Amino acid sequence: MQNRTLEVGVGLFLLAGLLALMLLALRVSGLTMGSSEDTYKVYAYFDNIAGLTVRSKVTMAGVTIGKVVAIDLDRDSYTGRVTMSIDKEVNNLPEDSTASILTAGLLGEKYIGISVGGEEEVLKDGGTIHDTQSSLVLEDLIGKFLLNSVNKDESK
Amino acid sequence: MRKRTPIERVALLGRAGIDVVATLGRSSMFLVRALLGRGTSGNSFHLLVKQLHSVGVMSLAIIVVSGLFIGMVLSLQGFNILSSYGSEQAVGQMVALTLLRELGPVVAALLFAGRAGSALTAEIGNMKSTEQLSSLAMIGVDPLKHIVAPRLWAGFISMPLLAMIFSVVGIWGGAMVAVDWLGVYEGSFWSNMQSSVSFTDDVLNGVIKSIVFGFVVTWIAVFQGYDCEPTSEGISQATTRTVVYASLAVLGLDFILTALMFGDF
Amino acid sequence: MGADSHYAVELKNVSFKRGDRDIFKNIDVCIPRGKVIGIMGPSGSGKTTLLRLIAAELKPSAGEVWVNGVDLPTLSRSELFDMRKQMGVLFQSGALFTDLDVFENVAFPLRVHTKLPDEMIRDIVLMKLQAVGLRGAIDLMPDELSGGMKRRVALARAIALDPQILIYDEPFVGQDPIAMGVLVRLIRLLNDALGITSIVVSHDLAETASIADYIYVVGNTQVLGQGTPSELMKSDSPRIQQFMQGAADGPVPFHFPAASYRDDLLGAR
Repeated sequence: MQNRTLEVGVGLFLLAGLLALMLLALRVSGLTMGSSEDTYKVYAYFDNIAGLTVRSKVTMAGVTIGKVVAIDLDRDSYTGRVTMSIDKEVNNLPEDSTASILTAGLLGEKYIGISVGGEEEVLKDGGTIHDTQSSLVLEDLIGKFLLNSVNKDESK
Repeated sequence: MRKRTPIERVALLGRAGIDVVATLGRSSMFLVRALLGRGTSGNSFHLLVKQLHSVGVMSLAIIVVSGLFIGMVLSLQGFNILSSYGSEQAVGQMVALTLLRELGPVVAALLFAGRAGSALTAEIGNMKSTEQLSSLAMIGVDPLKHIVAPRLWAGFISMPLLAMIFSVVGIWGGAMVAVDWLGVYEGSFWSNMQSSVSFTDDVLNGVIKSIVFGFVVTWIAVFQGYDCEPTSEGISQATTRTVVYASLAVLGLDFILTALMFGDF
Repeated sequence: MGADSHYAVELKNVSFKRGDRDIFKNIDVCIPRGKVIGIMGPSGSGKTTLLRLIAAELKPSAGEVWVNGVDLPTLSRSELFDMRKQMGVLFQSGALFTDLDVFENVAFPLRVHTKLPDEMIRDIVLMKLQAVGLRGAIDLMPDELSGGMKRRVALARAIALDPQILIYDEPFVGQDPIAMGVLVRLIRLLNDALGITSIVVSHDLAETASIADYIYVVGNTQVLGQGTPSELMKSDSPRIQQFMQGAADGPVPFHFPAASYRDDLLGAR
């Protein structure tokens, strides 16, 4: 009888370990099963992707609809090519939708926001979003602002 | 005490070095024989279950309680620091990454060395001093197979499981403090965590760490017990050595593994 | 085959060194089948080492150890473990497995080495325990037994597989007179009833002499003398006389080798 409780205890321990692994996979790292089948790929070219990383969110109207799976440099156009995987359920993105790199809060994470276009044609697997808005680079902005105020001073 | 000449000092140093190398060699042969050698050991499955119980299940309480408190403290500290940058929703990712990459495997291994490692050394040392090991050998059962091997396997299996349970409980404790107590929005707590934690880079690397730690800690513990002076003084010294060596090995290996996994070279 | 089948154990020209120190130098010991053999000698004379050589827990530095016609030092590790099924060893402390009860302790060798059904194992265990008079203690744990009872349970375990050779390591140490009497009787009884060869390693003169058919006295890296107990009593070797009569001083000196007492006292200044 004592053996029985021992075996049950060990069995529960092993189960708890497996459960922990599953929780870590699904709940903590947000791994989804068979993710490649339920999503499709869309590309976008940005002049500057500064701060965007792989696994950043892709949102539409604030709702997460996918994530960034790869970022690389397009050698011909010298732009950053971002590969996104979008949930299959959202298969009605118009072809002329806009993708912009946004920031959550002033110093928060970068993510991609997609705003809907007006075309009837929808993006297919492997399609490209042409209308993009690059990341807002704080240094550029401050630089521009300073330059503007200097110019204004001179023109006076 | 007599004064030693410089030559004698050098000789002593050399002898100590030879001792270290010899111990390494002896423990490696011990490991290979226990894991790969053939021989009768009786019902090995039952022996393994029994050891999984005393090594794994009995360590569960300390692992769960420590994990809970460490997660809660991490969350509290993280919140205080992050809120001064206005990004307290990142507390989830901070807690999760800290636990998965470092604290989970390392602290669980240190606790494991203290709880299960010392018990393994003392138990085997005691068997040696009461001639139970010799007696097994005389019955025609290889103590390496019957006593040592099931304990080694139980340690190898238990450690990664314990480390994962530690991390999960810690993250849960962290979530409890951050969401229920400090008022971080639950959705952003988890989504921030999920978008920054990678299964392969963070979870699996942490599991690999704990597998390595489990291997080393169990090996040290079982070998120290098997190799100890079979007296009560020898056993207590061996138990102390187990905890000290195992802890140092875990911390040293953690640095090396971290450099290999997360360092950029 | 190098060993005469008349002998159960035969040590030929065996030497054993621990570090640089000689424990044995070219000794020969022959142990005939079916007898009770005493191996005696003062403490520290290497009796236990001799036992461990016969049980192949130690390898001799040189020489041959033949047990049942097999030269032990030439065997591989796993062959050795097989070989040991033919031997039973009763350790000084009994060495019962503390996590198993009396029944499981005695059943252990049977469970490991045989595939007998549970009922049969139970019957054999009961028979062995009956032989040592402890059938009633079947459900007790080792820490509930007295020292003498532990040794008897260990004896039951040692004979579980019906070994051909039974080795006793200091069986009389730390036993009260009754327990000692019981053990002496048991050793003789088991030897005669089961037809096994018994090797008793001991320094208790009276008890060993009362059961042994033949005695080897070892000491000083050599076999000092051998013979039946009565022959040894009459031996004219001073070393054996000192041992047999328990004299404090003799060829084995009372004083540990030291510098002259006078020099030591005066030289302290």
